[in-house]
Amino acid sequence: MLAFTLRRAIQAIGVMIAVGVIAFSMFRFAGDPVNQIVSMDTSAAERAAIRQSLGLDDPVLVQLGRYFANAAQFKFGVSYQFRLPVADLLKERMPATLELAICATILAMVFGILMGVYSALHRDSLLAKILQAISLIGISLPTFLIGILLIYLFSVTLGWLPSFGRGEVVRIGWWTTGLLTISGLKALILPSITLGLFQMTLIMRLVRAEMLEVLRTDYIRFARARGLTTRAIHFGHALKNTLVPVITVAGMQFGLVIAFAIITETVFQWPGMGLLFVQAVQNVDIPIMAAYLLMVSLIFVTINLVVDILYTVVDPRLRSTISRPV
Amino acid sequence: MSVRQSLLAAAIVSIVAFAISPASAQTLRYANQGELKSLDPYTLKETTTIAHHAHVYEGLVTRDKDLKIVPALAESWETLEPTRWRFHLRKNVKFHNGNPFTADDVIFSADRIRAKGSNFLTNVPADAKFVKIDDYTVDVKLDSPNPILISQWDGWYIMNKKWCEENNAVAPTPASATTPSYASLHENGTGPFMIESHQPGVKTVFKANPNWWRKPEHNLKEIIFTSIGSDATRVAALLSGEVDVVEPVPIQDIQRVNASGTGTVMTGPEIRTIFLGMDQVRDELLYSNVKGKNPFKDIRVREAFYKAIDVELIKSRVMRGLSTPSALMVAPQLYVLSKDFARPKFDPDGAKKLLTEAGYPDGFEVTMDCPNDRYVNDAAICQAVVGMLARIGVKINLLAQPKAQYFAKVLKPGGYQTSFYMLGWTPASSDSHNVLNDILGCRDDPKSSRGEANLGGYCNKKLDEVADKVLQEADTAKRDLLIKEAFEIAAKDFGYIPLHQQALAWGVSKKVKLTQRADNQVLLYWATKQEE
Repeated sequence: MLAFTLRRAIQAIGVMIAVGVIAFSMFRFAGDPVNQIVSMDTSAAERAAIRQSLGLDDPVLVQLGRYFANAAQFKFGVSYQFRLPVADLLKERMPATLELAICATILAMVFGILMGVYSALHRDSLLAKILQAISLIGISLPTFLIGILLIYLFSVTLGWLPSFGRGEVVRIGWWTTGLLTISGLKALILPSITLGLFQMTLIMRLVRAEMLEVLRTDYIRFARARGLTTRAIHFGHALKNTLVPVITVAGMQFGLVIAFAIITETVFQWPGMGLLFVQAVQNVDIPIMAAYLLMVSLIFVTINLVVDILYTVVDPRLRSTISRPV
Repeated sequence: MSVRQSLLAAAIVSIVAFAISPASAQTLRYANQGELKSLDPYTLKETTTIAHHAHVYEGLVTRDKDLKIVPALAESWETLEPTRWRFHLRKNVKFHNGNPFTADDVIFSADRIRAKGSNFLTNVPADAKFVKIDDYTVDVKLDSPNPILISQWDGWYIMNKKWCEENNAVAPTPASATTPSYASLHENGTGPFMIESHQPGVKTVFKANPNWWRKPEHNLKEIIFTSIGSDATRVAALLSGEVDVVEPVPIQDIQRVNASGTGTVMTGPEIRTIFLGMDQVRDELLYSNVKGKNPFKDIRVREAFYKAIDVELIKSRVMRGLSTPSALMVAPQLYVLSKDFARPKFDPDGAKKLLTEAGYPDGFEVTMDCPNDRYVNDAAICQAVVGMLARIGVKINLLAQPKAQYFAKVLKPGGYQTSFYMLGWTPASSDSHNVLNDILGCRDDPKSSRGEANLGGYCNKKLDEVADKVLQEADTAKRDLLIKEAFEIAAKDFGYIPLHQQALAWGVSKKVKLTQRADNQVLLYWATKQEE
């Protein structure tokens, strides 16, 4: 077990290094950061001096080495645009992204499972068909379009919910939360729906398919034969067995939710890390881009690692294959 | 009078008093597509940032609603000799922390703005020496006469020496710094507003300064600034009444905002000039199918390009009426004699003939570089140019890129890698000399900074000579004639193809009254808002 965990951890580090190299090589195509730091009429000599001081003229390998050396020590430097440490900026923006991602995931789980169960049990009802149609929309419409449609409906036309920002936030230590104020909660609704819609429809379709599968199995048939109530069969046996793959997928999707928050955050001007990243790309703010990409890959790798380990804990059948070297 | 009557009377009096009392202090919410990245007024020379800082900091001089230079922290000034200026400072002005404003602060700020890490080096000439005469008098000594010495001083904000020294912020923060600067997160100006809270890139709250030395024109107690990058969201926020002022409104949304009943769009010509340039230096173009020679070295080809482009069509179709076609490389607001210039007539047949004379009866192929997120409808304008030039047989391969990649390719550090390009220019000094020097000047002398933004390398030595005279000439009328001479040379050479000045578009709630200045600085100290 320990050997397995270690092997996985080493693989994870390998993935991180690969992401780092790819990210670094992409920075070369992002444009010249100096142009974004200075104004148009800045002299060439001054620009050259800035390039020099940022180390942009060093050989590529030297820059790559420095990048990894700093990243290993969690030193991400100072943002070119803000002149503030990147670590501070990310820390400042992280609560916004995490709150949004968690709300979106909870929303997706709760409604996804409810809708999935319903459409599996009442396959031919009108509502189930409507839910199927909605799920198709959720899967196929791009996030930014959904966000803009929601803004026009609920903010501009009806005037119920704010179109941008986080509302009022309360500071608890370094964490800022919008969950404790009315305006903060209101501001959370539209972005959460926008961000969670894709996962919600995914979970709904998954639950529906799994549930239909499980309902056909022998043990459900035997349960019926034993005379158990429909309710006990559906929720006590069928749903429970459906949820294992659903939880796995939802866990893996959480990483995606954080990463895809970029688009939702841009549409709603949500002051999270994704918005910071998009602005950094536009302004070739390499320190922020580098730190963000590494952080997102770290989140993904960690979630994968945890899921891998949990599998073996949950499912004893996997353990025997692991103890034998493959 | 019974109790009841007197109560009634009191009520009436109070209602009347309420109705006639001046509008009480209001909160104004403002959203811009750009962010306020740093509070240090010397780190980023960019219109939106400079405008934000103008609410907090003040210069020795400022520009009024018509962009005229007027006194601010300097009450008055005179030129004792052509190379010696004397500034009389305003007394009884206090910084936000209560420190008094004196000559020491001016001398300190003059050093700081020219220190390493400053983005405003050109605002105060390097040869200007600042000498303190007494606490409220400063002399500026120059090596050579400079009639436009103070033309860029409206963007040079005065900082407090003592405050900077106490907070270890004596030097502006360079981009390569490893520690954050105190001045990029805090302010201490003399201006009409103080910053109550600042989350970089997210939200900034300005509070009215009760001790401002000037009588405020605004009726605001607070300005809440948020950056909203997405166009659709910014417009939605204005329409839903969540913000009072937005800049900019995309031109395709202007009609919708005006029809909404909640807001209107203030439009007006901006002083930025959009133009096309051509590589006239290389012996063979980098991106063309013409080998062994450079077609743009032939004046007939440049004239043909000029005459093949229909700016009126660009105005009506691409800009939806919101542009001012220009014959000059500088906006009419900045140069009094600009009305003496007219564009050569749009003449595709003549253009075709010129191309044939030049030896390209079937046209040729060339790549055009264009930004797609920098100016109003930039990529669409380039697209229109491609279509117009196709009519005279020139095949343009359009390379429209985000500004980060575009500028990296075409500017001097990228090696001027372009054959045909589009650019916009606002003279930082609001003076024609800046255009004559930076855009129209020859760039063949590697030691001089002349022509560094002349990406195509257009060059006429005669023009450079006139430009040098413009810099020295102190008499305004004579100076204007010299400028005219220089612009005429450039026009005759067809060195550039000026297109237009784009329009400003600010979305303003019906409750707000605002003054729009042509340099696109949103200055809310001229804003009034009706009671909510």
